[in-house]
Amino acid sequence: MITQTTSGNRGLLQAEPLIFETGHATGTGVDLPAPKGTANKLGGLARKAALDLPGFSEPETMRHFVRLSQKNYAIDLGLFPLGSCTMKHNPRLNERTARFEGFADIHPLQPTATIQGALEVMDELAHWLCTLSGMPAVALSPKAGAHGEMCGMLAIKAALEARGEGQTRKRVLVPESAHGTNPATAVAAGFIVDEIPARDDGRVHLDDVVAKLGSDVAGIMMTNPNTCGLFEPEIKRIADAIHEAGGYFYCDGANYNAIVGRVRPGDLGVDAMHINLHKTFSTPHGGGGPGAGPTVLSAALAPYAPLPQIVIEKSGGVRQLVFAEHEAELAGTGRKPFGRMCAFHGQMGMFTRALTYMLSHGSDGLRQVAEDAVLNANYLLARLKPHFNAPFGGPKNEHAPCMHEVLFDDSSIKPKGVETIDMAKALLDEGYHPFTTYFPLVVHGAMLIEPTETEPKRELDRFADVMIALAERVNAGDVEHFKQAPRLAPMRRLDDTRAARQPKLRWRRGDNGAEAAKHAAE
Amino acid sequence: MTTRYTKDHEWVRMEGDVAVVGITTYAAEQLGDVVYAELPAEGATFAQGADMAVVESAKTASDVYAPISGVIAGANDAIKNEKWEIINHSPQGEGWFVKIRPSNKAELDALMDEAAYANYVKGL
Repeated sequence: MITQTTSGNRGLLQAEPLIFETGHATGTGVDLPAPKGTANKLGGLARKAALDLPGFSEPETMRHFVRLSQKNYAIDLGLFPLGSCTMKHNPRLNERTARFEGFADIHPLQPTATIQGALEVMDELAHWLCTLSGMPAVALSPKAGAHGEMCGMLAIKAALEARGEGQTRKRVLVPESAHGTNPATAVAAGFIVDEIPARDDGRVHLDDVVAKLGSDVAGIMMTNPNTCGLFEPEIKRIADAIHEAGGYFYCDGANYNAIVGRVRPGDLGVDAMHINLHKTFSTPHGGGGPGAGPTVLSAALAPYAPLPQIVIEKSGGVRQLVFAEHEAELAGTGRKPFGRMCAFHGQMGMFTRALTYMLSHGSDGLRQVAEDAVLNANYLLARLKPHFNAPFGGPKNEHAPCMHEVLFDDSSIKPKGVETIDMAKALLDEGYHPFTTYFPLVVHGAMLIEPTETEPKRELDRFADVMIALAERVNAGDVEHFKQAPRLAPMRRLDDTRAARQPKLRWRRGDNGAEAAKHAAE
Repeated sequence: MTTRYTKDHEWVRMEGDVAVVGITTYAAEQLGDVVYAELPAEGATFAQGADMAVVESAKTASDVYAPISGVIAGANDAIKNEKWEIINHSPQGEGWFVKIRPSNKAELDALMDEAAYANYVKGL
């Protein structure tokens, strides 16, 4: 039952318009005297029209953002089953160390002698990432997964150019099941994408790769475990075939949580892989970022790692870590950095958190992370398989295990009138962030669920009970329940089509967002 | 004037000496509401099976492949004018994508006819 209120609030769930719609340019929360004795140095460039930014008092500002935050769903509120995202708990110990003033209140331009602790953290993190991945080098600076992909592909490009094959090797093989960022990165780095078709078992086959090899192939971009939540058993042979053909192997490390501490990508023949600290190593993620995507590099690509690089300087018996900011500072080392990924060294706050996570878990703990992540996904597969179709979950009475995430599709519910999107919206009413919908693209109506290792069994059971109850509701023919969902969310079903066809990318005075929001809430 | 179909859900129909090409009703239904499409420029040449156009819905983005080799002889103005809904309303009629001047008409004969395509879709 839905009651319309005068205020537009629903009980303690408060309606909140855009900040531009409530604030007024003439209002302000601060009371400062106009500056005196300072000449305006803008010349003819001084602003003529009013800026029209909303003004608020401090309590109004607080309330606006706290109300918005209350509409947010977070891992601190409940299970966040978004597949391919590794939404695991962010331990509070990470937050404590990240806030130590020696890590938090420093500036990249202050003398390195005063930030030796921070540099030690970066050096130690690099050591751990190299050890866990079995790779000799790591670029810490990439600021997210796709940025790490870019770093890896630019290293491959630099290596090809050094071999004199920069112009002839342009083709990059990308499986159909890849994350969309992979082909996008390859194109942005100046390569041409050649798609490897998907097979019925959801895996990449050596034959399909070999059929595409040639002297124009720069490399391959694969994810392991892949986006169907399956381990790629032929990965080593695929890597060998790529190397034999003169190409390099980029591995997308988005799903590293499934194998951390168990498998060293370097042993699989990987030349470059980004590691999402905001997934595997528990730094905040999903609106709470920023991300960090350090990229490990094989011996073949290590010389091209970007600047800056941390090097050890010894003078007068004193050991000091410093940033090498220019190629000249690396003279004699054989290193030829391809450039740099960003202005400074990367996300210090994430480095501190990730290293805290690694040290507090230890190598045995990290191994258990991977084991428990896979166990949790398989538990959900086992509980939900009788109720939803698992395209790669094996025949009815047989269990084909998945890795850290489990893939279902809507083929068993669609004939009854309920699709993946309806199931996702119904989950909102049940108080869960939905699973990943319609990805990977190789499965129609995909529902990709990644519980992560930080969910206890009772939480998994609660989620499974909800999913099963929804499946039973579909079977009972209550299609309307799904088509009307969400009923209880701050907004009802949004018009995705209209939003995509007529996107509004900025607010203008006169736009009536409040009216649209009210409409969507009805 | 028979319509031929590909496994990737494009249809192609000869009208005079040009082939009209679009995506099938099945493809349009699977995509859901189309929110964007990118058509090739007139005069562009494609080999059979090459990426020719892109179609995007709220759910997904898909490549559209050239069902036959040839030169683009024209593109649908309605789609160029961003009337995306025409693709869902009439995928195999007014929602056609491009016209191709075929370089090898024999390629057409190797494609599926209506019955074969219907059978193929049933097996998906």
